Amino acid sequence: MNQLTIKRSAKAFKNAKDQRNFWIVLSVLFGLSLLATYGLLVFNNPVPFDSPSFIPVVRRRFTAVVVMLVVSLCQSLSTVAFQSLTSNKIITPSLLGFDALYATIHTTTIFLFGSSVFINFSGLGPFILQIVLMVMMCLILYGWLLSGKYGDLQLMLLVGVIIGTGLRSLSSFMRRLLAPSEFDILQARLFGSVNNANIESLYLAIPLVICVGILLFMFSHKLNALSLGKDVSTSIGVNHQRSVIYGLILVSILMSISTALVGSLTFYGFLVATLSYQMSKTYDHKHIFLMAFVIGYLVITGAYFIMNHVFNAQGVVSVIIEMVGGITFLMMILRKGSL
Amino acid sequence: MFLNFKTKERGAGVSQPLRLHRSKLWTKSFVFLCVCVIILGLISLFTGAYDIVGQDDGLQMFFITRVPRTLSLMLTGAAMSMTGLVMQLITQNRLVEPTSTGTIEWAGLGLLMVYVVFPAPSLVLRMGGAILFSFVGTMIFFLFLRRVRLRSSLIVPIVGMMLGAVISAFSTFIGLAFQMTQSIEGWFVGSFANVQMGRYETLWIILAVVIFVYVYADRLTLVGLGEDIATNLGVNYNTVILLGVATISLVVGVVSAVIGNLPFLGLIVPNIVSLARGDDLRSNLPWVCLLGMGIITACDIISRTLIMPFEVPVSLILGTFGSFVFIVLILKQRRNR
Repeated sequence: MNQLTIKRSAKAFKNAKDQRNFWIVLSVLFGLSLLATYGLLVFNNPVPFDSPSFIPVVRRRFTAVVVMLVVSLCQSLSTVAFQSLTSNKIITPSLLGFDALYATIHTTTIFLFGSSVFINFSGLGPFILQIVLMVMMCLILYGWLLSGKYGDLQLMLLVGVIIGTGLRSLSSFMRRLLAPSEFDILQARLFGSVNNANIESLYLAIPLVICVGILLFMFSHKLNALSLGKDVSTSIGVNHQRSVIYGLILVSILMSISTALVGSLTFYGFLVATLSYQMSKTYDHKHIFLMAFVIGYLVITGAYFIMNHVFNAQGVVSVIIEMVGGITFLMMILRKGSL
Repeated sequence: MFLNFKTKERGAGVSQPLRLHRSKLWTKSFVFLCVCVIILGLISLFTGAYDIVGQDDGLQMFFITRVPRTLSLMLTGAAMSMTGLVMQLITQNRLVEPTSTGTIEWAGLGLLMVYVVFPAPSLVLRMGGAILFSFVGTMIFFLFLRRVRLRSSLIVPIVGMMLGAVISAFSTFIGLAFQMTQSIEGWFVGSFANVQMGRYETLWIILAVVIFVYVYADRLTLVGLGEDIATNLGVNYNTVILLGVATISLVVGVVSAVIGNLPFLGLIVPNIVSLARGDDLRSNLPWVCLLGMGIITACDIISRTLIMPFEVPVSLILGTFGSFVFIVLILKQRRNR
């Protein structure tokens, strides 16, 4: 038991092999995602390479790719961070009713003002309004439920879920009163799709996402501690409550941007986070974030490429991702020993 | 609460035999609740767009729509509340009910599958599909609960709702593939608007379920104490659990096929009764049934008068009001912990 000879280290990986594997996997996935991107941009382009309309087509596709990039960054970082903040690997931030709030905002618009206003309700103003509304809701929820004598994470989650359910019943009621044509317009908006996003809001979304992403990266050493749970992190000198609220605000900003861009995705983030834990044998969030981002991007671009060019089924990409994520979730909870 | 046996100490050396002690049922407050429910029922009978007093065929209409509607309100109110109660006993968790375990979503998926497989399914087929799927779904959830150690009881409804979301994603996908999304929404929203003579009679199955739960009450209470204790006291744990789940799925299947989704009823009612009266299942049952009837009838009356002559689906009112009550209940619980 010669304690002194054991070298203590706080490296991100247990041994060099894990580290090497991590970088190998990461670069392979990165290569694949570049391939998928390239495919999305130029594959099956109806116009030949030298015609003048080749560039506009690519430009339109390029916008979709940028949206995917933003969404995958948002969803992957926020899900990983959220699971560490709550030290619970089977939940996703979309539980907190972001999608319900989003659906409520849009359904209310079409319900009160009709489809003509609704179609115009997508631009910089409404986009900012949505994000502000969502972040406000989260601030109220966390501030109220996480602070004070009775502050409790599980409780906050449950209340978030129930608020989501309440909002969902409200918006589904309004949807029942819509004419079928209006219903179709609304449904197109509510299903996550990269074609929903409009370019103006991207100009705001990209810098915001990059800023929040950098903040999360800087926050990752705290996350390493927080993922060990409240007691441990408190005993090694992290102010648990304050850090959690700060982290959750970052998460809520990312989630709102993603939801406002492409609508609701429940299990996409979960799928990405789960896969990235499998692929990276480390506790260190800097590495996990990196992996999650690459995986997230690959999943979404790969899914779109396959659905658009192999199966020719354009509308249901997000539904497919959700299904795969949902099945992953089922497998996860049936394999887990404790929660 | 344990086994409802109370020994009375009567001086030294005189021991009384164990006597089954029941609290009285017909107390003042219970009678008051009965009267309230009866009044609500009467209001429900005379609410509606059709003038049953002034028209010639008023009496006929009264028996074709109003009476069935009121009856089905009473039946589903009692049934959904009892389902919640049984579920909470079996899982030993106060926050469990069909909405928060995904049972409702499973039932919806079952309905959808029946529509996909059979071109124009009869009601019996639809119910069969819903019952089967909710049974499977609830069993999956319970198996999961038995295998997993939980750090907090609050995580159970969260996992249940995640499960529900997975099932919803499946339903959405199938609905998209067969172009039935708006109809799915229609089924999931619970409403009593379509209830009339000849369309609701299957709800009487619920009455049998109520009687069954009443007979089985003590065994269910024991099961609620956990597997070891129940087995020690001579209860076949697995059988009771299976029967309990079968009961739950039967009720949820029937109600979701005939009426639709009624969220939170099974959660609010038993919790309110427990807060007021403690946890003796057998003496709580009548209270739970009555309160369930009262709440759903009140909600339905609101739903019929809000935008006369049209009506709002009752599940909207239940969902909004129910989620509010749910949050209040959780916050109360947090004070007590």
